[in-house]
Amino acid sequence: MEFLLYFGDVFTPVNFGLLLIGTIGGLILGATPGLSPTMAVALLIPFTFKLEAAQGLILLGAAYTSTVAGGAVSAILLKIPGAPANIATTLDGHTMAQKGEGAKALQLSFISSAIGGVFGVMLLIFLTPVLAKWALAFGPSHLFWLAILGVTIIGSLDSSSVVKGLLSGCIGLWLATIGFDDIMGAQRFIFHPAVSGGINVIPALIGLFAIPQVITMFAKGRNDTSAEVIEVKKQPVMDSIREVIKRKRALGIGTAIGSVIGLIPGVGGQIAGLVAYDQAKKFSPERDKFGTGHSEGVIAAEAANNAMVGPSLVPLLTLSIPGSPTAAVLLGGLLIHGIFPGSDLFDNHPDVAWTFINSMLIGQILMCIFGLYVAGLAASVARVPHSVMAAVVLGLALFGSYSVQNSMGDVYVMASLGIGMYFLERFGFSAAPLVLGLILGPIAEANFVQGSMIANATNGLGPYFMTGTLNLTLIAVVIASIVYSIWMELRQARYTTKDDAVHKEEAL
Amino acid sequence: MADLPRNQHIIASGIVAGVGMSVCYLSYTQQPAEAFTFPRLISTVFAVLAIWTFGKAILGKTKVGNGLSMEAMSRITPGLLVMLVYIFWSAKALGFYTSSTIAFFVLLSLYDPAPHGEIKSWIKRALITAGFLAIMYGLFAMLLNVYTPREIFF
Repeated sequence: MEFLLYFGDVFTPVNFGLLLIGTIGGLILGATPGLSPTMAVALLIPFTFKLEAAQGLILLGAAYTSTVAGGAVSAILLKIPGAPANIATTLDGHTMAQKGEGAKALQLSFISSAIGGVFGVMLLIFLTPVLAKWALAFGPSHLFWLAILGVTIIGSLDSSSVVKGLLSGCIGLWLATIGFDDIMGAQRFIFHPAVSGGINVIPALIGLFAIPQVITMFAKGRNDTSAEVIEVKKQPVMDSIREVIKRKRALGIGTAIGSVIGLIPGVGGQIAGLVAYDQAKKFSPERDKFGTGHSEGVIAAEAANNAMVGPSLVPLLTLSIPGSPTAAVLLGGLLIHGIFPGSDLFDNHPDVAWTFINSMLIGQILMCIFGLYVAGLAASVARVPHSVMAAVVLGLALFGSYSVQNSMGDVYVMASLGIGMYFLERFGFSAAPLVLGLILGPIAEANFVQGSMIANATNGLGPYFMTGTLNLTLIAVVIASIVYSIWMELRQARYTTKDDAVHKEEAL
Repeated sequence: MADLPRNQHIIASGIVAGVGMSVCYLSYTQQPAEAFTFPRLISTVFAVLAIWTFGKAILGKTKVGNGLSMEAMSRITPGLLVMLVYIFWSAKALGFYTSSTIAFFVLLSLYDPAPHGEIKSWIKRALITAGFLAIMYGLFAMLLNVYTPREIFF
């Protein structure tokens, strides 16, 4: 119950103000199609440099939580999911809006998001300290395999092609080795003065997530693609609260599935929402109504995609292994303040850890309250022309990446990685494993080198890295995640033509 | 034209394979060898996967990634050129705020669906640009105190 000691810290004027800014800003950004939660959080990092660690994390955590929930606004009112996590919400939410129940759909989505989100954060509160203590038993070989697992699991599960996902992870791991070697001081792969100090993670994150979105907006040309926003009529909130309570089965399924899926690295909110929707449909006596504007569809999907937010941070806060691209960006936010996740975070910086986690709990409630009022405004923001969005994001990316170290080299790295990533994405590569490789590369290398030294003084490399229950378990999970993904890819290939794959990609 | 995505896949995966093999070669030839132990491990897997992907592209067995159509390329090119000039030249040469204003206005003019023949739409673009500049100056120069290259004007 240590978290209760730091509850008051969330309510200091600055912290609470940042929580409000992050929540309201996140709701608006989340509702804007084309601005993913990861990109929104990455663009916010430069604004946290001047803040204390806890304050910076409050801002980033609030933005993460509310961008996922804000995505429901455009999913319901525009039929454009603000983020992949809101795809399942579109199925019934937009139909409800078309039937004149837009306000009800929005209220149901925010209320179920908040309930699912609170449950997810409670799981984070109770699981994290236990796992962080357990992680103390991890040696260099285990941490090396964990870092490799982080890259392979996202590379294989989060990509449309296993080989290209793993290849993206390898590119990220290689990029992480550029610069001076920590032990020998030797120069490695320094092909341009801009990368002489290595690749800074923050400009790289901004480039990899923001620039491809900017170019994608360019690709839409001068067409007016702003969709028609369905008008929202007033609706008593109490009716929606009663509806959510009445639909407790869908709420329970969504919350449980979202929480479990959140704990698995690499499986994002999109999967959580779709699986919860599917299961809620299977267990519902009114399953025929799904897809026709049924409230259970919205409740299950939204409860799930917000319930996964808290648990998705468990691997990050306990083992320093970000389980998702957004968690990787949050890790960047921690590292710039010199704080490393794991037991160190809870033993030496409990104020930072618990204030951040508590703020996520309060943020869920604020998100629900403000979501209901900001929805109308957020829907209007969703209609901002993509030309304006592209120019704004490009400007923020330039200023944001420069402000990290006041270095033009960072700006060049940001732009080069971003432009390169856009073209790689067109050929099936993805940014998430590359980012994980870039962030986990130094962790993997440091533990590999440390492990090698121990191994050379004891049994040798093979026995040190390849024996022991924990090593073998981690190796088995690495292999299992790759084999499972290959099996799924082959199984899908039997039923999916090349055109189907293209359509699926475009839809996402 | 039907072979455009296949050829593009061959070019893209060929570039990745080239990078992979170069990284692998450098890892095994650079000294001191101890500093390259981890890069050797990574680059070997990198090169193998990159060659595998290149092979699949040559055989036409690539299933994901729809490449870039000529239409998309023609739409991207002007914006990409503005972006390249803005980031790699004008930001430093003209100063961040001046170059951002110019780049913002040019991008808006290129991609805004409003007709180019109307005075009203140009005034709207100019006002949006001014608003953007004011927000960026307020955020970065006044709130965050980031000293950016100023060069001309401010």
